[in-house]
Amino acid sequence: MAVTVQTLDTLAPGQKAVVKDLAVEGLERRRLMDLGILPGTVIEPELKSPLGDPTAYLVRGTLIALRREQARHIHVVPLEEEQDEH
Amino acid sequence: MNTDAVMPKAACATCSLAQNARLIKLGIETGGWDYVVALAGNPNTGKSTVFNAVTGLRQHTGNWPGKTVTRAEGGFIYDGKRYKLVDLPGTYSLLSTSVDEEIARDFILFGQPHVTVVVVDATRLERNLNLVLQILEITDRVVVCLNLMDEAERHGIKVDDRALARDLGVPVVPTVARRGEGIPELLAAIAQVASGEYATRPHRIRHLDPEVGQAVERLTREIEKTFKGLPNARWVAMRLLEGDERIIEAVRKHELGELAPAAEMASTMQPALETA
Repeated sequence: MAVTVQTLDTLAPGQKAVVKDLAVEGLERRRLMDLGILPGTVIEPELKSPLGDPTAYLVRGTLIALRREQARHIHVVPLEEEQDEH
Repeated sequence: MNTDAVMPKAACATCSLAQNARLIKLGIETGGWDYVVALAGNPNTGKSTVFNAVTGLRQHTGNWPGKTVTRAEGGFIYDGKRYKLVDLPGTYSLLSTSVDEEIARDFILFGQPHVTVVVVDATRLERNLNLVLQILEITDRVVVCLNLMDEAERHGIKVDDRALARDLGVPVVPTVARRGEGIPELLAAIAQVASGEYATRPHRIRHLDPEVGQAVERLTREIEKTFKGLPNARWVAMRLLEGDERIIEAVRKHELGELAPAAEMASTMQPALETA
């Protein structure tokens, strides 16, 4: 089964995924890394605000709220698929 | 046998009150201090609980982030020395993106505290160490307060605090601040770092790229020339190369040295006393 890379904003609530890449540069990239979001990090959408934006993600034991604009730069692979590959 | 009569005495020698005998809590009294101590850390790690345990204040504590929006100040005497303790807002990094983070960063950077205590959540150590390493980049007078050890234990997490202290090059003190556990040891570590009795050897990340290293050196020299007596010129140089807007602005307007007084004002406008 081929690994499908999708962006974080398209992840269904409760669907765990592994971060593959941060498609941003400079301070925005640094900011995401400071929040604990790096390639290899497990991330999971936990809460959606009433209007669907922002969304709170579970990252390294803490809830981090990201706007859709930020989330769509984060490339992830859903966890089950990654396990299937091995 | 009446054990009740015996028990209190036996308990006295080991209870934290007796061990804290060298501590006098001064509440909001912060005048005439010998040392300034900053309390930093990620949101929701127990900074305010540590603050209250040491100052005797009842600064509002609560289990939600963003509670301490400006700095709160308190005082205490330990072993005859007067300390001013500054409780900073929680932050994930020293890269400022909000007013809270800016207050925390400006104080650590330009307020020149004698000791910066970084309160870390023992259950989320990996996340918390990012800030510790960033703070070690700008000051070597650091004590790590490994808080929430009871929660870590409940989750089956063991932390090798000695190995951590060795790797970081600064004292690491395990605490359960809400029960006062480890506070005497924390105070002792603060006193040792403040007086220089404990010589820290902070872990610093080496720059791999020689070109970047050269650029940092050149810029550092220029900054030191322009802003005489500025601490952490090297850190400022690295932020300039990163394109940090706030720092670029501060350099452009020649207000680098004025950042500290600005942080000072934020606290006087918001007195530390909050009724719990």
